[in-house]
Amino acid sequence: MDINTVEEKHIIPTITERLSGSEALIKCLLAEDVNTIYGYPGGAIMPIYDKLHQYQDKIHHVLTRHEQGATHAAQGYARISGKVGVAMATSGPGATNLITGIADAQIDSTPLVCITGQVASHLLGSDAFQETDIVGISTPVTKWNHQITKASEIPEVLAKAFYIAKSGRPGPVLIDITKDAQFEEFDFYYKKCVGIRSYKPVPVAKDHSIKAAAKLINNAKKPFIVWGQGVILSEAEDIFKACIEKTGIPAAWTILGASALSTSHPLNVGMLGMHGNYAPNVLTNECDVLIAIGMRFDDRVTGDLNTYAKQAKVIHFEIDPAEIDKNVKTDIAVLGDAKTSLTKLLPKLKANNHSDWLQKFKDLYKIEYEKVIKNDIHPTKEGLSMGEVIQEINIQTQGNAAIVSDVGQHQMIACRYADFKQTKSNITSGGLGTMGFALPAAIGAKMAAPQRDVVAVIGDGGYQMTIQELGTVFQQNIDLKIVVLNNNFLGMVRQWQQLFFDKRYASTEMINPDFIAIARGYFINAQKVEDRKNLARAVKDMMTTKGPYVLEVCVEKEHNVFPMVPSGASVSDIRLQ
Amino acid sequence: MEENKNYTVSIYSENNIGLLNRISAIFQRRHINIESINVSESEIEHVAKWTVVVSLNEKLLKKIIGQIEKQVEVIKAFYHKQDEIIYQESCLFKIKSDLLFEERQIQNIIKDSNANIVTVNKEFFVLEKSGRTEEIALLHRELKVFGIMQLTRSGRIAVTKDEMKISKRLAKISN
Ligand SMILES: Cc1ncc(C[n+]2csc(CCOP(=O)(O)OP(=O)(O)O)c2C)c(N)n1
Repeated sequence: MDINTVEEKHIIPTITERLSGSEALIKCLLAEDVNTIYGYPGGAIMPIYDKLHQYQDKIHHVLTRHEQGATHAAQGYARISGKVGVAMATSGPGATNLITGIADAQIDSTPLVCITGQVASHLLGSDAFQETDIVGISTPVTKWNHQITKASEIPEVLAKAFYIAKSGRPGPVLIDITKDAQFEEFDFYYKKCVGIRSYKPVPVAKDHSIKAAAKLINNAKKPFIVWGQGVILSEAEDIFKACIEKTGIPAAWTILGASALSTSHPLNVGMLGMHGNYAPNVLTNECDVLIAIGMRFDDRVTGDLNTYAKQAKVIHFEIDPAEIDKNVKTDIAVLGDAKTSLTKLLPKLKANNHSDWLQKFKDLYKIEYEKVIKNDIHPTKEGLSMGEVIQEINIQTQGNAAIVSDVGQHQMIACRYADFKQTKSNITSGGLGTMGFALPAAIGAKMAAPQRDVVAVIGDGGYQMTIQELGTVFQQNIDLKIVVLNNNFLGMVRQWQQLFFDKRYASTEMINPDFIAIARGYFINAQKVEDRKNLARAVKDMMTTKGPYVLEVCVEKEHNVFPMVPSGASVSDIRLQ
Repeated sequence: MEENKNYTVSIYSENNIGLLNRISAIFQRRHINIESINVSESEIEHVAKWTVVVSLNEKLLKKIIGQIEKQVEVIKAFYHKQDEIIYQESCLFKIKSDLLFEERQIQNIIKDSNANIVTVNKEFFVLEKSGRTEEIALLHRELKVFGIMQLTRSGRIAVTKDEMKISKRLAKISN
């Protein structure tokens, strides 16, 4: 790296010591306040692992059972704590196994630093054993990446990596370190990075756009707020709540924004998008001012863009300028960190209430309750429903658990029905929809927030994508509650086959193993529930048993998730059945 | 849908390994063909200047510019219409030397096109032509009938009529 190209201002006084690249790396991690790493060793990263052994009282390295698990665990860790998650792997297959998690972190704006070992620099490009161009492969799915071939580059590059991962719109960074650079000795000193001249992570909200936004909001008759993860990432929850309470504006969330405002808040009108609530989807196309905060108008949220909120003026509070007008044309863009922008906005907002408008949301909720929700959470039919399981978890954790869901029907049901009381409680793979995310992510979440109840909710399909992480759960004795909602199908795909492919169930039926025996094989307590009458008791057993627990619930096989905005349809054409 | 037009994109960036991959991936993701690309030093020490030519609609191009600027090592990106820039492309033609003496018309073509003869030897001569896209294309068409042994065209390089204010921007960030 060309030192001249980066103008950095440094804090922290420096002491120089002669260290190997590997030891320097550990010191960098310590300087960045890292105490937990998820990873998997191998040839090209052995010098670093050797030093990790020496520093094990300071840094806890968690051996996952697959490198994908390491990235998801680091993501879970980052999502619940707001800190940077760290994952580590060897070159070649170790490095390529990280890619799914990195891509997931990129699209869901999760701060990660991934460190990979690489073959010695004289072998680069020669198809050496376990050589793969991980910098090339990871380029489109990282916020930044860099290859280190000299030990002396380690401190500066690591400082940049942490700064870039966490600042502005967060994201994953990958640092590839050749084996010779891990061995090489140099005079180490560390300076934190506080700025890079070509990178402006947080635009400053312009007063005139705040003013214009306030004016539009104050004059609106039917304003509607849609918020996303930006509220959580900027820790704007309190000021956000103050804004909606002052103005009485109904607010709805994307699945990554869930839990920023408690589920039971009277102005929380529910979930947006394909399987979101009826009212916020329908009324998106009736509001007069749509106020988007820290969200990016993903297609799963907007449905058909040509019929999305066309009647409304759009205000977009956003940290990433590339999101402005990307999908939805805005009338007023307020660039900046959500917390800073909302803090400036609040005093300009007029106290108001929109009770008639809010009533519309309540009326539509009633319709959805009668047609969908009632049967989901209080079913009268024989088979167990996913909704009633989530409901039981709500009751027994009093809404204080962090719910880590996988991908599929159970994910939508978990997001729809979980009762969130505190922020950073909904950890799920939103943008990439990565099956196999939940189990390892829940491991990271529980380790970052040991005082919280963490419940992983997983389908029988996704569970088997990363089921080997039960080994990590056992080895680390993680007090994690794992609920497998078993419908013997790749349920969400089966639902689409039923609705759009004339019930041709191509490769979606699952003949499953004995999940209880598998859990017990890992020495984890487990129980299976097939009858409604045993559900409450089983959830209670799970929550009150110390240590990890697997609860398999056999649910209705061919249940469908509704409401639904079929793909390509308008949000207001949402179907209730 | 707006129609596609020829645009020139200028990017100022750090001069780091791997950035070419990152920039080209932004076009590749959207299945867009880059017509030409040139990376060189710029008026500012250690800052690279990119000139990329694409045919696109403006609405989409704006989004792409945003995604380019978002890259950590990109300082600033712009797009320009044809009339906002001064640009040149250049081309080398390798042609059999016999033709130079046997075909009178070739000499006239060379003269009229303002092309330069870079070298002549017994077997071949090399002709260099710099200019706008159409001028080079015209010369190419005219020479083609006689037979061309080798042809290489460069990417476009361009400067804008308006000021870019990159130094000012950099100074602001460094302070
Ligand atoms: C890695 C990956 N492969 C494929 C898919 C496509 N996919 C989306 S949902 C789904 C079914 C999930 O089944 P299961 O885990 O049993 O959960 P359910 O929908 O039954 O609740 C599939 C295959 C995906 N999202 N991720």
